Amino acid sequence: MQNTEKTGRTLIDGSRLMIEALARAGADAFIGYPITPANLLYLYGSQRMDLMLSAPDEITTLQWMAGLSATGKLPVTATSFPGYALMLESVNMAYMMELPMVIILVQRLGPATGTATCGAQGDLLLLHGSISGGHPMPVLATSGFEDCWKLAAKAAEVAVRLRTPVVLLTSKEEVMTQKSFDTSLLETIERVDRPWYSKTCCSYKSYKPGNLVPDFLPVIQKEHQVRLNASTHDQEGILQHSTTEAMENTRRLEEKVINRMNEYIIYEHDIQAGADTLIVAYGITASAARDAAASLRRKGKPTDLLVPASLLPIPAEYLDILGRYSKVVIAEENMNHQLATLLYGQQIPKNIQLVNKLGKMISPEEIIKEVLP
Amino acid sequence: MTGSMLKTQSLPYCKGCGHDLIAVHTTKALERLGYDPLDVIMVTDIGCHGIIDKCLNTHTVHGLHGRSAALGAGVFFGLEDTDKKVVVFIGDCGATIGLQHILEAARLNLDICVVVHNNMLYGMTGGQTSGLTPQGFRTTTSGEGNPLTAYDICQLTHTAGASYVARIAGIGDISADLEKAFSQKGFSLIEIMEICPSYGVKLNPGRKLKDVVKESGREFGEWLGNRQVFTHQQGKKNSDLLQQLQLIKKQFSHKLDDLQTIVISGSAGEGVQLSANLLAKAAMSTGLEVTQKGSYPVTVGVGFSTAEINLSPDSVNFHGISIPRIAIITSTDGLNHNRNRIQQMGSGTLYIDSSLTPPETSAKIISRDFRSMGARNASIYAMMYYIQESGVFDMEAIYHIMEMEGKSGKLPVEKIREALND
Ligand code: SF4
Repeated sequence: MQNTEKTGRTLIDGSRLMIEALARAGADAFIGYPITPANLLYLYGSQRMDLMLSAPDEITTLQWMAGLSATGKLPVTATSFPGYALMLESVNMAYMMELPMVIILVQRLGPATGTATCGAQGDLLLLHGSISGGHPMPVLATSGFEDCWKLAAKAAEVAVRLRTPVVLLTSKEEVMTQKSFDTSLLETIERVDRPWYSKTCCSYKSYKPGNLVPDFLPVIQKEHQVRLNASTHDQEGILQHSTTEAMENTRRLEEKVINRMNEYIIYEHDIQAGADTLIVAYGITASAARDAAASLRRKGKPTDLLVPASLLPIPAEYLDILGRYSKVVIAEENMNHQLATLLYGQQIPKNIQLVNKLGKMISPEEIIKEVLP
Repeated sequence: MTGSMLKTQSLPYCKGCGHDLIAVHTTKALERLGYDPLDVIMVTDIGCHGIIDKCLNTHTVHGLHGRSAALGAGVFFGLEDTDKKVVVFIGDCGATIGLQHILEAARLNLDICVVVHNNMLYGMTGGQTSGLTPQGFRTTTSGEGNPLTAYDICQLTHTAGASYVARIAGIGDISADLEKAFSQKGFSLIEIMEICPSYGVKLNPGRKLKDVVKESGREFGEWLGNRQVFTHQQGKKNSDLLQQLQLIKKQFSHKLDDLQTIVISGSAGEGVQLSANLLAKAAMSTGLEVTQKGSYPVTVGVGFSTAEINLSPDSVNFHGISIPRIAIITSTDGLNHNRNRIQQMGSGTLYIDSSLTPPETSAKIISRDFRSMGARNASIYAMMYYIQESGVFDMEAIYHIMEMEGKSGKLPVEKIREALND
């Protein structure tokens, strides 16, 4: 933590922290269109990014971002389910082309248009199934203002390091509510460095992996030919049907995200001696979970807390942690316990209690009720 | 130094396919214009034309069906060196799918060139009709001839603002036409008419390309525009978002030892959100931690406007308020929106405008003519009344914040002060 004289206590919202953090980490373009509840992100994007473009629709947004990313820019957009749904084919394209970008997904109540001004946590399983073939795309979820800052920067870093789109998952209440906050507590964000392939001796292949991720070269240089391809392709980027090399390339897209997960596994595990109960919550529900754990401790009930930030691919150590407790309460603002399903599939163990709610934030009392029935 | 754009002379198309002709003359035109292959970014699409990538020495970006114009636009936005050339290949089907992308690039007059390979049908998927299939032309899905008028992509693009648009027949040496399109500043589109030998020729025996075009009511030609070319300065901004914020120092005192949950509600346009914001900031200047959340219908200018504020000596995690300790209500809209929770208040205080009938509640009721300051100031007055009446924190804190926020001149501060002192 560091203190600088320019910072201090102020009334702020999470959207502002996210965009500023992304800009400091090296994001240089905001592309988007206004959608509730991502509108503050759009506004701040227009004030902060070197390049801000209003796209006419969501598909154009992602296509422009992909084009920019191909030139070496790091573009950001912010949307909500209706927009994300339209972006999906292009998200797959960016994933296949291995183009870094950050998509901030602000969850709101669905299905379809649902209620634009009501928060929700209903899009986790959609993100889980976003890439055709079931390949994972990194998803980080913010649980508080520090996360809006740190995880936004981390999302930019992961996008660049792994050459992939990264989703920063949040929700209406997290990015639109204003809170008193001391900005002097914010950590310094370093700009993510982007080393480009620099060998002049040998030929460059756009998809030849080094530590599972190919070296990047933008289409604006003229040392080497760059080939980017959304169709099944070989290392050179040339369209293939299902040759061995092309299938290896497709497999690698999954492997890089999973095998290099240790670079972006982030969670908060708040433990207390003697606790046999664990509360698990992410995103907006984490604030209620924090209050619930604190209140239980005050009442003499030792309680631990797990707030996962890395949601996809789901780290195996979450299961290890949950396995250590005789009682686990997982709280999520949806009706079908999406995080629990991700962890356990259809067979959720009996010692796992679920707190779910639709259209309203889960309160600390509702979590406490499940811990102390 | 320029080199050959084409890697090979043997292109992957069916015999007699116009795509072959377009590829050969595109590369020839670019070479003649002096481009180095790696100064060219060729953005292609799905469809037979898109398989040209592997034969090119340029940078190649092969995207989704119908999206190459948007993808090419994205590449253009990232170019800092205007000596580069973005060439977009798209078919008649892709142009139908991505019509919006083409029109948007034309409207912005981006410096890219879109080459529409109009072979009048979906070649790769079996010869189906597209939105650019000329009227009367037979495809596998319109055996009697397309009954519908095709989009006139040239007129649409021209009207949208393109610098240069042309429709030509894909016959003979078309490199000069392509050269002209490529050398324009701003958005150019060239629609090249061809007939796919595998489907089009078989289904329309004996019909000549130029006749098909003319009989469908289209003409060959070029159309010029004079809109300003997009420059990267448009939209460039860069200011630190944290530095824009006003820092709030603790300089007053408060009397809270526990969380205070407050709902302020009234009608849109009556200062509810401003009053909540001033309350939150004033509370911060007394050292309290705060949260402020607004809710209103999607039509922000009518109906209710509600704000929820938490004030606390400790940091606030969960900011939701179900039953508040304090409710400040200044209009019927506000009352109706919060009636249920006011009824459930077991204690606390309801500050309500004297024109309203308070609901059944166990909260202490304070009724006063808050609207006497004018509807626009009702919420501000009621909020200030709450601070004074409850003694939650120093009254000076709110006057200080109003001054700091530049509101003193805009709000009837003195009038409110007098009323409060009455
Ligand atoms: S199917 Fe038609 S468009 Fe495709 S390569 Fe063959 S002739 Fe050309």
